[in-house]
Amino acid sequence: MNFDFSDDQKQLRDQARKFLAEKCSPKAVRVVLDGKAPYDSELWKGLAEMGFLGVAIPEEFGGAGAGHLELCVIAEEMGRANAPVPFSSTVYLAAEALLIAGSDAQKKKWLPAIASGEAIGTLALFEGKGNPSPKSIKLAAAGGVLNGVKKPVADGAIANFAVVAARTGSSGRDSDISLFLVDLNAGGVEIKNLTNLDPTRGQAEITFKDCKAEPLGAAGEGWSILTQVLDRAAVLCAFEQIGGADRALEMGRDYALDRIAFGRQIGSFQAVKHMLADMYVAATLARSNSYYGAWALSTNAAELPEAAAAARISATQAFQHCAKNNIQVHGGMGFTWEFDCHMYYRRANAMALGLGSLSYWEDQLIDRMRKKNAA
Amino acid sequence: MNFDDTPQEAEFRSLARAWIAANAPKQYEDELRKSSLGRTQLKNADILEVAKAWQKKKADAGWACLHWPKDYGGRGSSPIERVIWQQEEGVFGKLSQLFIIGHGMCGPTMMAFAREEHKRKYLPPVASGEKVWCQLFSEPAGGSDVAGLRTRAEKNGDDWVINGQKIWTSGAHYSDYGILLTRTDPTVPKHKGLTMFFLDMKSPGVEVRPIKQASGASDFNEVYFTNVRIPDHQRLGEVNDGWNVSLTTLMNERMSIGAGVATGFPELFDYCSSLMLNDGPAIEDRAVRAKLANWAVKASGLKYTSMRAISALSKGERPGPENSIGKLVAGSMIQDVATYALDLQGAAGVVSGPEDAEVAGRFQAMLLRAPGTRVEGGTDEIMRNIIAERVLGLPGDIRVDKDVPFNKIPTKGR
Ligand SMILES: Cc1cc2nc3c(=O)[nH]c(=O)nc-3n(C[C@H](O)[C@H](O)[C@H](O)COP(=O)(O)OP(=O)(O)OC[C@H]3O[C@@H](n4cnc5c(N)ncnc54)[C@H](O)[C@@H]3O)c2cc1C
Repeated sequence: MNFDFSDDQKQLRDQARKFLAEKCSPKAVRVVLDGKAPYDSELWKGLAEMGFLGVAIPEEFGGAGAGHLELCVIAEEMGRANAPVPFSSTVYLAAEALLIAGSDAQKKKWLPAIASGEAIGTLALFEGKGNPSPKSIKLAAAGGVLNGVKKPVADGAIANFAVVAARTGSSGRDSDISLFLVDLNAGGVEIKNLTNLDPTRGQAEITFKDCKAEPLGAAGEGWSILTQVLDRAAVLCAFEQIGGADRALEMGRDYALDRIAFGRQIGSFQAVKHMLADMYVAATLARSNSYYGAWALSTNAAELPEAAAAARISATQAFQHCAKNNIQVHGGMGFTWEFDCHMYYRRANAMALGLGSLSYWEDQLIDRMRKKNAA
Repeated sequence: MNFDDTPQEAEFRSLARAWIAANAPKQYEDELRKSSLGRTQLKNADILEVAKAWQKKKADAGWACLHWPKDYGGRGSSPIERVIWQQEEGVFGKLSQLFIIGHGMCGPTMMAFAREEHKRKYLPPVASGEKVWCQLFSEPAGGSDVAGLRTRAEKNGDDWVINGQKIWTSGAHYSDYGILLTRTDPTVPKHKGLTMFFLDMKSPGVEVRPIKQASGASDFNEVYFTNVRIPDHQRLGEVNDGWNVSLTTLMNERMSIGAGVATGFPELFDYCSSLMLNDGPAIEDRAVRAKLANWAVKASGLKYTSMRAISALSKGERPGPENSIGKLVAGSMIQDVATYALDLQGAAGVVSGPEDAEVAGRFQAMLLRAPGTRVEGGTDEIMRNIIAERVLGLPGDIRVDKDVPFNKIPTKGR
């Protein structure tokens, strides 16, 4: 047994951390936060040059072919740096959907473009409020064209292509759903930007009107592919979340050491110490659950669905817990736009929703545990 | 990152499995499986006798105290082998709980500070369960603030003469030996005047009085010392250096990782899987699922945190204060889990007798034992202080008694 990343993987993490510290300072994040750019395109290019966008994409499709453990350590650093780039939508959602279900031609077209930073991709799944479920999908596919509205779509306004979940049947079963690939620059697509909790990662409404689309994966397989994509993305997002949680904890700790009140460092007050200790506990439990998820993802283990749900829940809770208490430790300063605390608070709460809310993953976890126990 | 056994680990596992299958006291398996925190008892047998017999059998075959050196009755195993053993031993491991203080704390302290001839004499019978040890640290005036203890040790010829009182001493009523922290100089600040010894609990002048606990059970005791003589060669560490010696004990307490602290979650999950509520099975209820999911990720988080710690140990890294989180998280979790399991039972939850209560009253037993878990071995608050100070590097608490001679420190709050 060895329940840790390898030295090479840790080296990759250090490399990513160093790169992001240089190229993705809080000041750089603020350019996007303040609405001066939809995302950091320079950083995106840099990430491509470093080979980070294609780290888990096989070499034959233009990637580094390293694997998912390597992607996990990079994801952690993306979260720590709060990177304002469409990393999760492109790399975890679109690329993973292609890897799972794409034809050879589709992979050849899009995966090298993702790895090189030329193409931004996304998953168009949600149609208003509610959690992922086949029933929630109304957008219709018929005769090779799509009609309907998706919202919110992460990074929809800057994406070049989308994997779209559409209804192709009316049996009332999961097999009513199929996936399609849509080139968003082609006709029949209308995109509207939506204001959202975390402007460093945009959200859009996309209207499809007789929009041409090609199937991704077999007809009727959409829901089963989506479940796999969401599980994988849950693990990868969990790493972003623990990166963010750790950074928020670190910020809180540093401030507690610097700030003086009543003649003492505020970090010497137990109420503050204990709050930080609890943040550490939450972050540590989430990290451990995420490592298990990483193992399951990288080995494609039968445990993946359960491990993914556990990582998702615990990382979501940890990031939210650390981000909100980081503001509390900072007092009034923490509630200013000028301090960086709110960037993590925004990201934590946006990420908590992006793959379906906690209640969805709670349901998934319990269902999966039950299945395992029954087996 | 992988969970597979290496070939050596697999070989070790199959050896352990075969030996356990052939030797474990199977007649108690079912009862042990159903027992939970606060209720590890056997109906028709004395659990201490059964535990001692199992431990002795393990020791004779070389399966006792896996992490100890062979010379002292152990097996010299790697941390991973210890985990494999625990996995294979399963519910029979519950029998070793009675030896945990000797195996986890007293033994390692002896190894670090006792003379070689004492180690060879005293340690093997600890490993084999023939001799049980207790830890005599806490006093009425010194629990979290252990260094506030008042039991005196005064030099008299080649002996030390002990007078004073300890409290909450687990297992003292069936212990053969104990490690004892005393005050040898009250005129210096409190941490500087302590000295550690080990002693025979049958020594004249030692009186053990069981205390009835809040749970109704009696696992811990008051221990009184009246002119008890301890020879100087039973001193552990230097005179007045007892604080450092006790830190070794407390560090080892944290190192007793891998055993897996009870969280109550598996029990709750099982219960909810079979329990019927008015609207159907409990596990299909939205509110129940949310609760279960929250606890599930805590339980798995603890499990994988301890696996990460074991991986680090096996690479030669020292276990750090981050291991304090196990008891901190599990302690309040088991309390909350038990409270919730009773809430699901409605008014019937109030019945606690094993014959009449739901699932043999295991959640009622947990509920009544849980407050102790949050106190023993360092309270939740002390655990948080340790994490904040030693892991996160925050300032220590302000100590008004730090530079004050011990005999000048006030003794009453008001
Ligand atoms: C089941 C059980 C078994 C035990 N077994 C043993 C044993 O075998 N051997 C042994 O030596 N002892 C044993 N103990 C004693 C145990 O170690 C002490 O009870 C424990 O350390 C707490 O000390 P105390 O009881 O004096 O509480 P106190 O220290 O008086 O604490 C009272 C309250 O004040 C809080 N508090 C105290 N100091 C601080 C601080 N600095 N910051 C914040 N809050 C603080 C505590 O968290 C607690 O809430 C056992 C206790 C129990 C419950």
